[in-house]
Amino acid sequence: MGVIRTEELLLNVGPQHPSTHGVFRIIVKLDGEIITEATPVMGYLHRGTEKLAESLNYTQIIPYTDRMDYVSAMTNNYVLVHAVEKMMGLTVPERAEFLRLIVMELQRIASHLVWWGTYLLDIGALSPFLYAFNDRERILQLFNELCGARLTYNYMRVGGVKWDAPEGWIDKVKDFVKSMYGKLDDYHALVSGNEIFLSRIKGVGAYDAETAIAYGLSGANLRSTGVKWDLRKNEPYSLYDRFEFDVPVGRNGDCYDRYVVRMEEIRQSLRILEQALEQFPPEGETMGKVPRVIRPPAGEIYVRIESPRGEIGCYIVSTGKAEPYRLKFRRPSFVNLQILPKLLVGESMTNLVTILGGIDIVLGEVDC
Amino acid sequence: MSEEERKRPGEPEDDVSAASAGEQRTGTLEDGVSAANIGERRSGAPEDGGSAVSAGEKRTEAPEAGAAATGAGTPRPKAAETAADGARTEPAAPARRKETEEEKAARRKAALEAREAAKAAKAAAAAQDAAAQAGSPGAAQAGPQAASPGAASAGPAGAAAETNEPPPKPPSPNQPRLDRAVQLLRELVADDAVESASINEANDHLPTIVVRKERWLQAARLFRSHEELNANYLRNVTGVDYETHMEVVYHLLSLDSGHNYAIKVRTDRDRPSVPSVTPVWETANWNEREIYDLLGIDFPGHPDLRRIMMPDDWEGHPLRKDYVPLDPEV
Repeated sequence: MGVIRTEELLLNVGPQHPSTHGVFRIIVKLDGEIITEATPVMGYLHRGTEKLAESLNYTQIIPYTDRMDYVSAMTNNYVLVHAVEKMMGLTVPERAEFLRLIVMELQRIASHLVWWGTYLLDIGALSPFLYAFNDRERILQLFNELCGARLTYNYMRVGGVKWDAPEGWIDKVKDFVKSMYGKLDDYHALVSGNEIFLSRIKGVGAYDAETAIAYGLSGANLRSTGVKWDLRKNEPYSLYDRFEFDVPVGRNGDCYDRYVVRMEEIRQSLRILEQALEQFPPEGETMGKVPRVIRPPAGEIYVRIESPRGEIGCYIVSTGKAEPYRLKFRRPSFVNLQILPKLLVGESMTNLVTILGGIDIVLGEVDC
Repeated sequence: MSEEERKRPGEPEDDVSAASAGEQRTGTLEDGVSAANIGERRSGAPEDGGSAVSAGEKRTEAPEAGAAATGAGTPRPKAAETAADGARTEPAAPARRKETEEEKAARRKAALEAREAAKAAKAAAAAQDAAAQAGSPGAAQAGPQAASPGAASAGPAGAAAETNEPPPKPPSPNQPRLDRAVQLLRELVADDAVESASINEANDHLPTIVVRKERWLQAARLFRSHEELNANYLRNVTGVDYETHMEVVYHLLSLDSGHNYAIKVRTDRDRPSVPSVTPVWETANWNEREIYDLLGIDFPGHPDLRRIMMPDDWEGHPLRKDYVPLDPEV
């Protein structure tokens, strides 16, 4: 019986490919349909944010953070201003902190909706995308009313927020939260039990907790393996210790568990929002007492918060000047993506998209 | 306040113009408002600032710290002016000034407490500097104990500052953890493994250890596997170009105990190289590649050290402080 001679195929995916969600390139070696090696190539969106920051003052850096993880700009804003506030020992007025927390949780929902929609699009279900973006649009509309931008908000400032909530805004958010619960149930009814969908993601791209920790994964990528680690709970910042919420975890660390964890996180965010909106102070300052020139004392600091994608960190070295001496962002997308080549080996080509989508990266953040 | 107003005091000029009382007050206002919140940190600041700048700058710090020290009790501008007066002229109203200074001293002491030895030394040097250049007020500024009336001349003030060098041991909650980690490193890695150790108070009392480069790989293994330290999660790796040397900072976390550590490894700037810890924490792989790419630090032992952000044929390492683009138009 003759054996058909086969040879290795080198396939280039990206940098412009819809399933990469940006300018990401991966070179795969294929044996038939099976991936034998995968080499990610990055840097197509590298703008040198960290270098640019060294010649900007802290307020000027905030808009640059919007453009890192542009799907979740609010959390990026927060990590920077939080780091500076901590260095300077500033207190933020309660109303401002509440506003920050509310927009961060709204952002988390918006971000997860983008993920949910595009992930299903990757896998081949077109209509969920439309539902997801419809609801996300309502959040963006709320943000637009709050700060005049849909994506790059530049909303937070060292010591507070730029804009107070306009009249009636809080009620609008309340309405949104109320209706979003129902929408979430709809989403589950629409997709979560779908046989084809489940067969595409169950058991795909699995890894155990030990691997996840070794690779420094964070966010849903870590929690899908059963590690209960959420910075909002474990190293509380902002006002998170005032609210009740659960940290959903998975068990098998596969794409399905990541899906379940993220969907559940939307519900938990809604819970936080409900409580925050209830306790929202009816009046108060939105800007703390801040020196006119922001000059953190000499020293260094590393702060981290839970972004929708995981641990986003900000390391600042200050020499007491108005500009940072060194500013480094720990970007969860960049760190999480690292496990991709390992997950791909031995998988079929179709699963490349499933696994890559499951990690949930934003290229603006990978390349920074 | 209007935009123009906001911008004016931003420039370093407010240091130069310290002599004019009007400007002085602007400076006071600027920090006066924040004083209530940041009093403690601020009052600690002059030592650091002082080490870097001239006595002139030192003097501007005086009203700020004064305002911070008096806090809400005394009407702010008044207190600031007294302090400013005290700083500018010779001991004018000794009784009054003494009081302010004592409060100040108390605050400063608190701020000083957890300072690492190096910083204390620096502060002492700064105090001496200030004493030499500015006379007694400057020295009184820098030395917490200088509140004593004996601070009239530069000599005793300098000495007073120096006696402060070993401040009362920091009661940092993380001090025992730091000591234990240092002890383990010395015992199980090598005697000379630790270059220095300190608590980064501003950063949630983060235990910070500077590890000798040659011992770093062993030390990393110890951190990863020792059951007491158990730092299984490498949060972040940063490279910093300090112009005199390069530094790589590792932020470690034990997911079980929630303990954090910062490890620094220093290397010279001409041929910077730090042993790779990718064999210990897989996540270091891309982080080290990024540092190699942007700062040019070599990581011997890395499985695949090549550029990650910049194109392969890029010249130079952009995050270096002396980086000049090959083609400025790019």
